Amino acid sequence: MSLVQSVDNVALLPAYLAAGTAVLVLLADLLVARRGATVAVAAAGAVATAVGAALVGAGQTRRTFCVGADCSWVLDGRAALVAAVFALLTLGVLGLSGPLLRDGPTPPGEYCFLLACSMTGGVVLGAAGDLITLIVALETLTLPLYVLVGLRRGSLASAEAAVTFFVVSVVATTLTLLGAALLYAATGGLHLDRLGTILGERPELLDLPLTTAAVALVVLGLAFKVAAVPFHAWAPATYDGAPLPVAAYLSTASKLGGVVALLAVVQRALPADVTGPVLALLAVATMTVGNLVALRQRRTVRLLAWSSVAQAGYILAPLGALALAAGRTDEARSAAYAAAVAYAVFFVLLELAAFAALVALRPAGADGGTVDDLRGAARRHPWVAAALALALIGLAGLPPGLAGLFAKVTVVRSLLTGGAGWLALVVAVNAVIGLAYYLRLAATLYAGDGRVAGSGDRPAARPAWTVAAALGLATAAAVVVGFAPQLVLDLAAR
Amino acid sequence: MSFGEFLLVAVLALPAVGAVLVAATPRDRAARLVGTAVAALTLVGAVLLVLGDHGWFGYGSAPAVQPWHRLDLPWVPGLDLRFHLGVDGISWPLVALTALLTLLCCGYTLWRVPEGGSGRALVALLLVVEVGILGTFLALDLVLFFAFFEVVLLPMYAIIAGWGGADRRRAARKFALYTLFGSVLLLVGVYVVVAAAGTADIVALTGGAGLSRGTQLAAFTLLGLAFAVKAPLWPLHSWLPDAHTQAPTVGSVILAGVLLKMGTYGLIRVAVGVAPEGARWAAPVLGVLAVAAILIGSLVCLAQDELKRLIAYSSVGHMGFVLLGVATLTATGIQAALIGNIAHGVITGLLFFLAGAVKDRTHTGALAELSGLRETAPRLAGLLGFAAVASLGLPGLAGFWGEAFAVFAAVQRGGPFWTTLAVLAAVGGALTAAYFLRLLRQVTHGRPSPAVGRLTPGLAGAELTAWAPLVLLALAVGLAPTLVLGLANGPVDALVGVLR
Repeated sequence: MSLVQSVDNVALLPAYLAAGTAVLVLLADLLVARRGATVAVAAAGAVATAVGAALVGAGQTRRTFCVGADCSWVLDGRAALVAAVFALLTLGVLGLSGPLLRDGPTPPGEYCFLLACSMTGGVVLGAAGDLITLIVALETLTLPLYVLVGLRRGSLASAEAAVTFFVVSVVATTLTLLGAALLYAATGGLHLDRLGTILGERPELLDLPLTTAAVALVVLGLAFKVAAVPFHAWAPATYDGAPLPVAAYLSTASKLGGVVALLAVVQRALPADVTGPVLALLAVATMTVGNLVALRQRRTVRLLAWSSVAQAGYILAPLGALALAAGRTDEARSAAYAAAVAYAVFFVLLELAAFAALVALRPAGADGGTVDDLRGAARRHPWVAAALALALIGLAGLPPGLAGLFAKVTVVRSLLTGGAGWLALVVAVNAVIGLAYYLRLAATLYAGDGRVAGSGDRPAARPAWTVAAALGLATAAAVVVGFAPQLVLDLAAR
Repeated sequence: MSFGEFLLVAVLALPAVGAVLVAATPRDRAARLVGTAVAALTLVGAVLLVLGDHGWFGYGSAPAVQPWHRLDLPWVPGLDLRFHLGVDGISWPLVALTALLTLLCCGYTLWRVPEGGSGRALVALLLVVEVGILGTFLALDLVLFFAFFEVVLLPMYAIIAGWGGADRRRAARKFALYTLFGSVLLLVGVYVVVAAAGTADIVALTGGAGLSRGTQLAAFTLLGLAFAVKAPLWPLHSWLPDAHTQAPTVGSVILAGVLLKMGTYGLIRVAVGVAPEGARWAAPVLGVLAVAAILIGSLVCLAQDELKRLIAYSSVGHMGFVLLGVATLTATGIQAALIGNIAHGVITGLLFFLAGAVKDRTHTGALAELSGLRETAPRLAGLLGFAAVASLGLPGLAGFWGEAFAVFAAVQRGGPFWTTLAVLAAVGGALTAAYFLRLLRQVTHGRPSPAVGRLTPGLAGAELTAWAPLVLLALAVGLAPTLVLGLANGPVDALVGVLR
């Protein structure tokens, strides 16, 4: 057996492109040293990564770094979808960062470099075939964010947010690593598919307390990353302290990363009858607590943060169907995984649109402010307010936000296919609670009375073109997948 | 594309495109004119839908749903969602009523825009609501039905919250949350059926389609609850009085006139049709709740001292009769429900128009401050009297048939249980007469109160134009109920046929 592996460089193309973007951004900042050039390089790199991922993903599944049948890099349709979504989210967040980089004290070179690094982690994450690659990719995704969260100089909240995020995230990673190590000790495998096979063939392994502890540690460690209750407490403080575009990135890309990682281990490595009940409990707690606490929030970003905690519950819900035997048939399982991916894609689109509209409504470099700051915004910025209302209604899962409606429908359908009617009812009741605060926020935009002193006659500042473009694209994409949800469903099922 | 398919698409596309046009028209009055024209075209399309083959020409047993026209296109195969529309004798009268009431409301806004926002936005929202209601009545796919059911919610919320009375925000929020609760139960119920049957086609599903008893009971419970919130059935009705009272006149007319019918229509077409076993199982409960709604609605009305609130609560009682008709699960009962639906839509729509007119003129809705209307505004008082008498079920007017046949169907069902329900419902009918006569005595008779004393007898042309069709329809349906019953005869017999 040759010790020299042949490496399929085409399969690695998206990762090359993403990492190359980071390096180029650094060089551009060093050599050209102009803000526009740096941002343009980062944006072009993100587009190239998305296109590269789409091109490679359109073909056959490609594997590389293989030991026997086990591969550490598996670029299938879903991995390509994840890579492309990460690249596009990065592009969107770059757009949102326009005013922040122009007016604020934020250094553009460092900002774009860190964002590109984070994107690299996300691109690698989808294709990770073993636990180590998975955890390293997840850390590459998260590590730059510690710095980005703390970038609002002179803001105590920002520093606090960065430290909170850092501590919680490091603890979570440690837990996951410990779990991975214990799994290796119990089974001798680290590749996801191999773990799945071993645990499937030797059910007596599951009776070992060591294996149970390992599975629990891996799942719970990853639950931190998606901010699932009871591992969610870092999210609202971190989102609220971070600059708005970074908060947008945290609640979309970073959350998506957690979901992808969780999905990878649950689908391919860990036994469904162990993870299913845990995930069902996590999902129920996450959506219920998230929605109930969001009801009482007065600050816009905190409200969105708690709502995104609740949305993580809806993403996990289809996986909860694995708790029942009826949910573990092949058909129900693939429906559940596809539903989780599809919901995540619908969600990040709507969430990005919501944050983009919020950035457009707020002064450059400002934080999210309180809900009351947005009172009557529809009169000053009718289009932006309409986009925000559409995104919020979509997050609530109602027409005219058809994308959100079909996202909820997808989840409920997969739950009932898996025989988990009770969980579908929990999702349904939560949707009603969710509407209460989304509606409050949306109605505030259109409220006519009780205008804030001095704000009513302030001339409406036009949002920066990059923000407007990001908002327009995200809204357009949400409308398109609202009318043609089959596009997302097909991609998610691959 | 055949003429029928074209009409089905046109009836939905016209108001949808019209709403966008209205929103894009810069001048307010021009926008309202555009909206009214679109609503008129939609009404033409909706009326033309009646053309087509009404009988069935097939061998073997006829299917339970035999649409006159249908359109079946794939939309989202991954969610079992097809763009499947159709119209038959059960849905057509409601479709026509919806189109008519929307036209009258749009026309009414040409004359008067309620305070709160621009008339343009109001007309655009009315058209969006029309899309949702028409889509619900036309959908022959369960998932599509659900989607259209949801479309109505937020525009109606916006109409109440934007143009309503003093306490509009709370009422609007209550409306949105209550009805969303119904809708999400509908969503779960729909997929309980779809997951078990593997199809969402209402035509194929009607009659049970081999669903197990357990599935049917679960499905009927969920669907029944969902429609009971919308209809509304006591004790899930408490959103209705607030929403009706706070909504602007046009909002109340659409709410009472057709929005509630989405619940009763859904109960007949979806819940009873898809889960007949569940319907038989739940019929006694449904019957008891319906009679409770009739009695409680009437008693509450006797104690009401606000005009719009009284009419709102009267809806609870009237919808009780409709639901009693459905609960009997006989051809007579379902016919009674259908004609009761139409009659209630016409008469209560008219009542809300009149109540709005009284409130706009006197700036009060308190019964204590309204008396002697016939002294200063005899025409308005006369019309109010007509509508109230029609609503209490005077023979010869539209309200009579629904109530009488619902009671008759319960008696026909036989047995001590249904006979008791019939007797109680009849008592409720008498109470209905009592509170409407009380209303008339207080408002039209007596010496003019200060608020009423300032009135002038004239009615605006726009008002007469908006009310005349409803007055005529109340007479026409009352004198010739076969207008509705004749069309519904075949489809109802087919539906009852599969219930056995």
